[in-house]
Amino acid sequence: MKFDSVIIGGGLSGMVAGITLQKAGQNTAIISTGQNALHFFSGSFESLKEPGQRILDLFAEAGVRLHYSPGLWLTPLGTFKESALSLEDIDLFPERKFARKVLIVNFLGYHDFFSSFLAEGLEKQGMSCRVRFLNLPELEKLEQSPSEMRSVQIARTMDRLWEKVVQEVRVLLKDEDAVVLPQVFGLQDTSVPGRIRQGIPARVIFAGTLPPSVPGIRTQILLKQRYQLLGGTYMMGDEVVRAHVHDGVVHSVATKNLDSHYLEAANFILSTGGYFSKGLISNPFQVYEPVFGLDVEYKEDRNQWYNPAFKEDQPYMHFGVKADENLRALQDGKPLQNLYVAGSVLGDTRPEFGTAAGQAIRTALHAADQILKK
Amino acid sequence: MKLQEYTESHHNFEECMKCTVCTAYCPVLQANPLYPGPKQAGPDGERLRLKDPYFFNQALKYCLNCKRCEVACPSGVNVADLIQSARIKYDHTPPKLRDRILASTDFMGKLARPFAPVVNGVTGLGVTKTVLDVTMKIDRHRTFPKYSGTSFEFWLKRRKKEQAAFPEQVAYFHGCYVNYNYPQLGKDLVKVLNALGVGVQLLDKEKCCGIALITNGMSAEARKHAIHNVAQLRQAVLDKGLKVVTTSSTCALTMRDEYPNLLGVDNADVRESLLLATRFIFEKLEKGATLKFKAGYHKKIAYHTPCHLEKMGWAIFSEKLLRMIPGVEFILLDSNCCGISGTYGFKKENYEVSQAIGEPLFAQIRSVNPDVVACDCETCKWQIEMSTGYTVMNPISILAEAIE
Repeated sequence: MKFDSVIIGGGLSGMVAGITLQKAGQNTAIISTGQNALHFFSGSFESLKEPGQRILDLFAEAGVRLHYSPGLWLTPLGTFKESALSLEDIDLFPERKFARKVLIVNFLGYHDFFSSFLAEGLEKQGMSCRVRFLNLPELEKLEQSPSEMRSVQIARTMDRLWEKVVQEVRVLLKDEDAVVLPQVFGLQDTSVPGRIRQGIPARVIFAGTLPPSVPGIRTQILLKQRYQLLGGTYMMGDEVVRAHVHDGVVHSVATKNLDSHYLEAANFILSTGGYFSKGLISNPFQVYEPVFGLDVEYKEDRNQWYNPAFKEDQPYMHFGVKADENLRALQDGKPLQNLYVAGSVLGDTRPEFGTAAGQAIRTALHAADQILKK
Repeated sequence: MKLQEYTESHHNFEECMKCTVCTAYCPVLQANPLYPGPKQAGPDGERLRLKDPYFFNQALKYCLNCKRCEVACPSGVNVADLIQSARIKYDHTPPKLRDRILASTDFMGKLARPFAPVVNGVTGLGVTKTVLDVTMKIDRHRTFPKYSGTSFEFWLKRRKKEQAAFPEQVAYFHGCYVNYNYPQLGKDLVKVLNALGVGVQLLDKEKCCGIALITNGMSAEARKHAIHNVAQLRQAVLDKGLKVVTTSSTCALTMRDEYPNLLGVDNADVRESLLLATRFIFEKLEKGATLKFKAGYHKKIAYHTPCHLEKMGWAIFSEKLLRMIPGVEFILLDSNCCGISGTYGFKKENYEVSQAIGEPLFAQIRSVNPDVVACDCETCKWQIEMSTGYTVMNPISILAEAIE
């Protein structure tokens, strides 16, 4: 099958590139080995220091509303991290002390939301906290299988039950000026978080849970729908097993599902993600990129890969595929003519594009622009 | 060594990172709280079962075998294979009479075909449905597929000479549904392939692919079918040099993947030659063959990706073919399970779960309001037609209708 561009990796980066190319009139395919890092998404794009109307528009057209307000976001453990751009339902605060008194509400039997950590963290900032549990009979069905009382299962019921949560919270609320709820709202119906905020007479903050991330899955669904609506071909659950490269040009790729039916394209984007997604693989001897065998920037001495102090900056997170200034991938020191690299497979090798989700978006746009410029 | 017997798994359960992504995409988990979910039933459970078969959980029978967990897994764990293999290995409950009947699709077809008008009349009666509901626990809401008086095999055999005259040949694994219930789909395929200059042959003697036997706890019988069918495929592929096509996504998945992965029947020498008809046709067209389409054809088509086709990753061929037809307005439905999963939805105890699973798909079809729903799976067809009232056609039948 022939395409204008084939994108290897269907996460945030791959979808942003795909949407951009489809919108410019290209016929593209995305190959995705299972679901992606959006399922672990905090909801906040950590590195973007400037709004970039183009990014806001791209997401808005997909139905994902973002807000730009540089500040701090509340982590699931009650600490704060800097950020500038977030999903609409994820708050960014100008300072750590965002309220006087906080009511933290969790569901009885739900273990993936760390209300006591949150309380401890917020109290350190001088906010007094009260933790309460909601016992909704509708959730008892989920409790029959405690291992499956997870964010997404709760979120599916919350598209119907959110009004009940509002009522219960209103009963619990005393003199608190802020309420913290787990991020289990608006999986399908994106208006729910906003309506909850309207219904509760205090500032409502949605804090992270253990994965899967509900705001992340919502973003994944909407971006994928947008890509497909633009005519893109999204191949979920497939994997590139071989690439055919001659004289510095990628001609086609072979996938696990399509065996001898190759996917040909004029340009390719590699957005296969980091270690978790197997975009990068490490063994005792090396860190390598498995699809093309591209050049990877990493330290020869394995003892320098990691810092034994777990919470410190880990050097292996900086390793990544090498690319030239136009993000063309390097193989044996030379750029491949039509292969561009985007997202966390670059590691932290390109700080000029930011880090994490911010880097994923910016490198994807840059790669798509290079292709469209040709 | 004795210990090895218990500590060895043929599936890669140790590659599970415990990320729980599979649980977000399991259709059963959304509707049935008794099901422990793919992570628990698959890789987590496997670790325990290897220590002691005592940990085998009967609730694994609620798994639909839709394989959406495998499609979603970022780590490439064969979650559904782990679950189905565990059922084969540890569940020795003899299947009920009902399950035997539901699973024996080709035997029932042979039995019913000569009396088709009578059988169709009787199974369509309300009283029969009530009796089957009460005595056999086959849900009364279900409509049994009608049996055809003339089998597809009989029809094609009469055209053997005419088909042999085509310069290129292909073998067709028609499956039980085309043979006994809906020969028209087979005839449509013959029409399209003939238009491409390809003649259609039968395999020497095919048996049911066996998927219903696997899911109903009759894996020993399924294995016999697998061995027989692989021998048939070898005859066509290796001796005659033919490709083999099917029009059922589930038959294709079963023979390509379930045979080696669940039943231990090696098919490596023929696997790549067994194709879904839409892939075969797409590849012919890509190499320059052409189809002559009718002028003035117009249809709004909503395409539903069957779970097993989603797993195979071949829905793109059906999609691209339909998009090629002039006058077709194509809408790709969100990939969701329809809930029937072969014989699963026919069982009284599964009826409600089955309908709850399918509801998001039904709702989307109603809102799109297409002229026809396209889908490569016969059991999805029954489910969608029963639950929405919209007509469902195989892409091959749509192609046949759209060409001169």
